[in-house]
Amino acid sequence: MHPIADEMSDSALRMTNISLTFADGTQALDDVNLNIQSGEFVTIVGPSGCGKSTLLRLASGLLAQTQGLCDVDRTSLGYVFQDPTLLPWRTVRRNVELNAELAGMDKPSRQKAANAAIELVNLTGNEDKYPKQLSGGMKMRCSLARSLVLQPNLFLFDEPFAALDEITREHLNDELLHLFQNQHFASLFITHSIQEAVFLSTRVLVMSARPGRIIAEHAVDFPYPRHPDIRYQSDFAEICGKISADLKVAHS
Amino acid sequence: MSRIRRPSLRVNTLLPMATFACFIALWYLYATFNYDNPVQRRNALPYPHEIITDGFMPVTDKVNGLRPILGYMWPTVKVTILGLSIAITLGIALAVLMNLSRSVERALFPYAVVLQTVPILAITPLLTQLFGEELGVRLVVTVLIAIFPVITNTLFGLQSTDQMHHDLFTLSHVSRRTRLWCLELPSALPSLMTGIRIASGSAVIGSVVADFFFVKGEKGIGYYIRTRQQKSIERPEMFAGTITASIFGVLMFLLVGWVTTRAIRDWYDKD
Ligand SMILES: Nc1ncnc2c1ncn2[C@@H]1O[C@H](COP(=O)(O)OP(=O)(O)OP(=O)(O)O)[C@@H](O)[C@H]1O
Ligand SMILES: [Mg+2]
Repeated sequence: MHPIADEMSDSALRMTNISLTFADGTQALDDVNLNIQSGEFVTIVGPSGCGKSTLLRLASGLLAQTQGLCDVDRTSLGYVFQDPTLLPWRTVRRNVELNAELAGMDKPSRQKAANAAIELVNLTGNEDKYPKQLSGGMKMRCSLARSLVLQPNLFLFDEPFAALDEITREHLNDELLHLFQNQHFASLFITHSIQEAVFLSTRVLVMSARPGRIIAEHAVDFPYPRHPDIRYQSDFAEICGKISADLKVAHS
Repeated sequence: MSRIRRPSLRVNTLLPMATFACFIALWYLYATFNYDNPVQRRNALPYPHEIITDGFMPVTDKVNGLRPILGYMWPTVKVTILGLSIAITLGIALAVLMNLSRSVERALFPYAVVLQTVPILAITPLLTQLFGEELGVRLVVTVLIAIFPVITNTLFGLQSTDQMHHDLFTLSHVSRRTRLWCLELPSALPSLMTGIRIASGSAVIGSVVADFFFVKGEKGIGYYIRTRQQKSIERPEMFAGTITASIFGVLMFLLVGWVTTRAIRDWYDKD
């Protein structure tokens, strides 16, 4: 259970005064404070190399902080990497089953869960294909389905759609928001695209150049479900402009 | 996958056949003008047709010809296949051990390299001392020669498992064993298959060469070749033995190549 459950029962991830310095002396994070409530979709944008991936790896437990507190339920975590990281020797179905299999779920339940997840990401009909037979977008969907199977409370996304073309990316953004509304998970999402950040999020955080700190925060109030065309509204462009200005500061 | 220029089947078969015809023609030329013994006017090389008539044809002969050749092949085939199987099993096991622990790798790997660089023929006296001169020692030689490519390729495969895949498994808090079975071994398969292909070639060389030097017990094709070589009158017989051993080598190569490619072709993407 959460150590301080009464106080913040609906916090999915809380980081307090987190700093991280690598063994070689590189300081990647400096006094980061972050609180993600369940039901929130928080996105971080920041210059390349500022420590965004490091922050996610820390949240997931792949790395340990040198200072500060990180409070998160790691038993219910979905991690989507920048690469789909599918196992090439497994079919789509068996890849989607992987996390459930490693968690020790029995075969009938995990097959059922995998089928449901495959349907959620619109991969039905491709269950028996191998990763080499999939397009980039399909691989990412498969990777998403793999994380969905265990129905985590918190999703960590590390630039999952960066390698995709714009059309595919916008398409997957819509699908992701759809999942976000129906599956009720909290999200910490990383991207280089301001548009993508604003379209998806309830909140956008801007990180400074290394060592990474949160230097600005923007609430995005568009109600869900969000229509793809809100990208062309003037208030959407306005928020993008503000974030872009903050990013320029971050770069300097 | 598809090559830009795909040579037609005709070119694919005709060109090698033309090469073969040229080779045979040169052989005839050489055999005609080179004598072992100018007085008796005996050829240094038998004519190719003599290899067939004298080397393979005498079917009823108990000493020479196809029947005894196949009889001598059998122990060599046995040693090759058994030796290769042992080299594969032992090689994978050693690579897995080295992959599990850095110190085991540090302790063993130098000796695997030594094994590969020591000329096997230079240690035949030692091997004779240790294992005698029968089938057993030939098996040892075959394993010694074939195991190195299995160890190095498997170890390389295990160690080049994608770091992101490792992270994925770490996030699921898997046991060392699960990581080995479900991640490292499957990722090492393509590389392991390459190792097995190389080892199969080495195993054939190992077993035939061992036949030459360890000549007690069940005798192999190497022994047949060596003894026929000693009498110049039996050159066609010698070449018949050589050709049979080579055909066996090619068959092994094709068979192992087919099996190893098939084992991973469903999912393996070369690039
Ligand atoms: N294991 C490590 N040891 C030392 N330094 C590291 C290590 N991993 C990352 N770094 C450094 O930490 C900094 C932050 O890296 P990180 O991968 O978190 O950046 P990022 O914000 O995700 O960048 P990008 O947007 O390009 O993905 C970089 O300067 C990087 O070189
Ligand atoms: Mg990164």
